[in-house]
Amino acid sequence: MSMKVSTRQVDGVTVLDLSGRITLGEGSVTIRDAVRDLLAKGQKKVLLNLADINYIDSSGIGELVSAFTTVKNAGGELKLLNLTKKVQDLLQITKLYTVFDVRDDEASAISSFAQ
Amino acid sequence: MADSTTSRVSYTLDSTLDSVNKIEQTAEHYAQRAGFDEETIPYIAMAVREAAVNAVLHGNAYDLNKHITASFETTSEDLVIRITDQGAGLDPDTLPDPLAPENILRGSGRGIFLIRAFMDEVNFRQLHPGTELTLIKHRTPAKSGT
Repeated sequence: MSMKVSTRQVDGVTVLDLSGRITLGEGSVTIRDAVRDLLAKGQKKVLLNLADINYIDSSGIGELVSAFTTVKNAGGELKLLNLTKKVQDLLQITKLYTVFDVRDDEASAISSFAQ
Repeated sequence: MADSTTSRVSYTLDSTLDSVNKIEQTAEHYAQRAGFDEETIPYIAMAVREAAVNAVLHGNAYDLNKHITASFETTSEDLVIRITDQGAGLDPDTLPDPLAPENILRGSGRGIFLIRAFMDEVNFRQLHPGTELTLIKHRTPAKSGT
């Protein structure tokens, strides 16, 4: 199953609801394109909702990192929301869990972005 | 004395992402047949997927004139998966540590690390040309203590 992404705006933050798999050739390019489009439109507060991501591989992890650094280098913020246990485990194994700002409640995640 | 090998199957596949998906699904099937639990099976499948991605992407560089092979062997003690490519070869000693501070924000370079994290043994063999990765998962936990 390929990845799907839908976008919504909440209090000035762009929430990307992702579902499916983030793997080489599936979701990875989708995330890259979505983030690039947001930055082009000046939307620099990005919350990736991974609640429905049931699988991610090393390419997918790499895409999350690239998205994070791309947004950060553009002067924005990218945070992660609602990690499944598998994704959380992978980020911990790769020591990335503390690199990302990981949230488990959307309302508090939205309010945590700089005003 | 009975042969401890219960089954061994080998596939030769094109250098495509479709092959990667097939190998991943086959690994999941063999891991289930070998009796691994539901928690472990996805990680075995992921490790095998990473090895297949390496073979297709980094080894054969999607060259359709080159093939990858995947073999699955179940012994009384282990699940053994071998993935080969026909690329330039891979020296595992030259791979950067993805956990090093200077590499932590790199967008790639975590595949072999994850394979090693999820499998019990990982061996590399140069084929001239190509690389063979052998991934081994023990079917029973190693005894500790004595």
